[in-house]
Amino acid sequence: MSSDKKDQNEKICSQLLASKSNRRDFIKTMSIAAAAGSAALTAGCIPSANAASSEEMKLRWQEFFKENYRMMTQEEKDETVARLERLAKLRNNLDLQMSSLPPIEGVLYGYAFNITRCEGFMECVSACVKENNLDRKTDTQYIRIFEMEPGKLDPSTGDGQYYHEVPVENKFYMGTQCFHCENAPCTKACPTKATWMEPDGIVVVDYDWCIGCRYCQAACPYYGRRFNWGQAEIPKEEITLKQHYLGNRLRPKGKMEKCTFCIQRTRKGRLPACVEACPTGARVFGNLLDPDSEIRFVLKNKKVFRMKEEIGTDPKFWYFID
Amino acid sequence: MQAQQKKNLITFVSDVIRWNLRGGFGFQLFRIVLFGIMGLGIYAYSFQARYGLSVTGMNDVVSWGFYISNFTFLVGVAAAAVMLILPAYIFHDPGFHRVVIIGEGVAVGAIIMCLSFILVDLGGPLQAWHLIPGIGLFNFPSSILAWDVLVLNGYLLLNALVPAYILYSHYMGRKADERKYRPFVFLSIFWAFSIHMVTAFLYQGLPARPFWNNPLMGPRFLASAFAAGPALITLILAVIHSSTTYKIERNVFNKLRLIIVISAIINLLMLFSEIFKEFYFPTHHSSSAIYLFFGMDGHNSLVPWIWTSVCVNLMATLVLAFNPGKNNPKVLLPACFFLFVAIWMEKGIGLIVPGLIPSPLGEVVDYLPTWVELCVTLGIFALGVTVVTWLVRAALIIEQDYGDIPDAK
Ligand code: SF4
Ligand code: SF4
Repeated sequence: MSSDKKDQNEKICSQLLASKSNRRDFIKTMSIAAAAGSAALTAGCIPSANAASSEEMKLRWQEFFKENYRMMTQEEKDETVARLERLAKLRNNLDLQMSSLPPIEGVLYGYAFNITRCEGFMECVSACVKENNLDRKTDTQYIRIFEMEPGKLDPSTGDGQYYHEVPVENKFYMGTQCFHCENAPCTKACPTKATWMEPDGIVVVDYDWCIGCRYCQAACPYYGRRFNWGQAEIPKEEITLKQHYLGNRLRPKGKMEKCTFCIQRTRKGRLPACVEACPTGARVFGNLLDPDSEIRFVLKNKKVFRMKEEIGTDPKFWYFID
Repeated sequence: MQAQQKKNLITFVSDVIRWNLRGGFGFQLFRIVLFGIMGLGIYAYSFQARYGLSVTGMNDVVSWGFYISNFTFLVGVAAAAVMLILPAYIFHDPGFHRVVIIGEGVAVGAIIMCLSFILVDLGGPLQAWHLIPGIGLFNFPSSILAWDVLVLNGYLLLNALVPAYILYSHYMGRKADERKYRPFVFLSIFWAFSIHMVTAFLYQGLPARPFWNNPLMGPRFLASAFAAGPALITLILAVIHSSTTYKIERNVFNKLRLIIVISAIINLLMLFSEIFKEFYFPTHHSSSAIYLFFGMDGHNSLVPWIWTSVCVNLMATLVLAFNPGKNNPKVLLPACFFLFVAIWMEKGIGLIVPGLIPSPLGEVVDYLPTWVELCVTLGIFALGVTVVTWLVRAALIIEQDYGDIPDAK
């Protein structure tokens, strides 16, 4: 143990000496120092600490001092993902597979919603809750469905809490979620760059970098963001194990989250859970840069409109009428 | 002479602490009560640390509540010190020169409260280091919140260091060299306006929230702050005047009253201008104001709050303007107090909460702070009062016992 510690101390010293005093090195040094310190602490001061928990401590320290996801090299991304997988195993005995898959070249995702077809079944909502490991205790939902009176197109005039048999005669249904604005006020507001738009157009949050100030939530004109007010609770057998760092992994309390177009699925070429679940085919998702995609067909041939166009947020989410 | 030489920075700090531990029974009791309240705040915060912000009354619709409301208001109080600095250092008003140090102490206390409110409002306070430029990742200049962090900390430094330098010089029996601190005084004057404007821009810059996205926000912030801040300072000066040997000139109070009255009238004018715009021809952008003043969909928890605030504000302003007691402090001091409270009600909860209601998708919910929020807030207030009393006490002792050498003008 003591020689181990000496080794580590030497490593820290040499790291400190060699450091070119840039941020990355600083953080790395800090995390190594912290990990060494905490390992020593748990091993030395808390006699009951067994090997597993000291490993957990070390991983947690390294996680605490890691960087913003955007600043990481692919190698560092793989490391943090491996740490998170291991931590899930240690803490909750979960065998999850977390990915850090980068965006696919030449892809810009877009979404279209057919207000003629939607009948308000909310299959999409439950699919989303399940796929994205949303908190069951507070009933968090990314997707909202509004029951609308004819002649109105603004969801704030509709009923977002309906609980009766659908579809209702002479009503129509409109879904909302994060619209992945090209000119997103939320990412502009964030003081720590914890939320940003990926090259494939998905607006994501680095849950570990977010400080939970909720300025982005105030800035979003579409009520697209949800906050983890407490620790999310999901029955263990219902947890979706195929996860993405920027997507459906389990969020700590005090962090912002939102729809990610199911980044864990779409970056592998699959459809978002809501699109797959919709029984009426009201939801269209695809690559805006591919002229043969269904979404491009909709944009070209249907009457489309976007919500609150006047604010200039340029959402990548269109409503259309058959 | 001998004793003079033994003084240095260390004795300065230890003397300040020593003076503050002295004091009569009443003063000690006051101290202990403040510590007790801070303890209560820490106890309440421990729940928040364990269970997250779910123990507060906030939710995804009203995502900012009592903490951010108090933060917003206190930024105004902090900036109001400039109303003493301006006459004291720029116009060399001798009366103000004696009290400016108190104003700066209040500013430091208010900024410390502001920063504490931000900290307790964070979902991940342990990640707050992500905000430190250099180590973290600072979204500057794009995020107004990043600006706010910078200007608040800068203002804290300016308002702590300039008086510390002056006091330290006096303590050492030297004159404070005005050439050295004058540039910083000027800087702090501009800075006071900037903390205001930036905090107003925090809200004003959000097109998602029509209630806030209003060019009058910044100026109204200034006007209300220049009424509430000097009102508070008047009260503090009155307490000092009556309970210590440090006497404050009559004309300081008179001039402060003038500042308060002018600011309060401008503030009311702008309030009416806003009300006119919202209610002469209500659009769907007026729904927050309708919620605030009249309630909406059966939700009306803020209606009595805001009307109380407006009425008290109006009454207090009238009393201060017409001065019915002929400068009787028994009339003016309560008026200052009520004006302060009215502006706190309006510039705090009355500004922040309705901006978030109804949600962008039209949902209306009511917000009520929980006991955790109330106790944490009380704790932070106690912290602020403690900071102010410590600073002011040390400053007054130095100014009285050591400061008989007037500064070079
Ligand atoms: S809908 Fe809201 S959360 Fe989503 S990108 Fe736009 S502003 Fe951001
Ligand atoms: S809550 Fe998180 S993502 Fe949102 S603005 Fe604050 S730090 Fe950024």
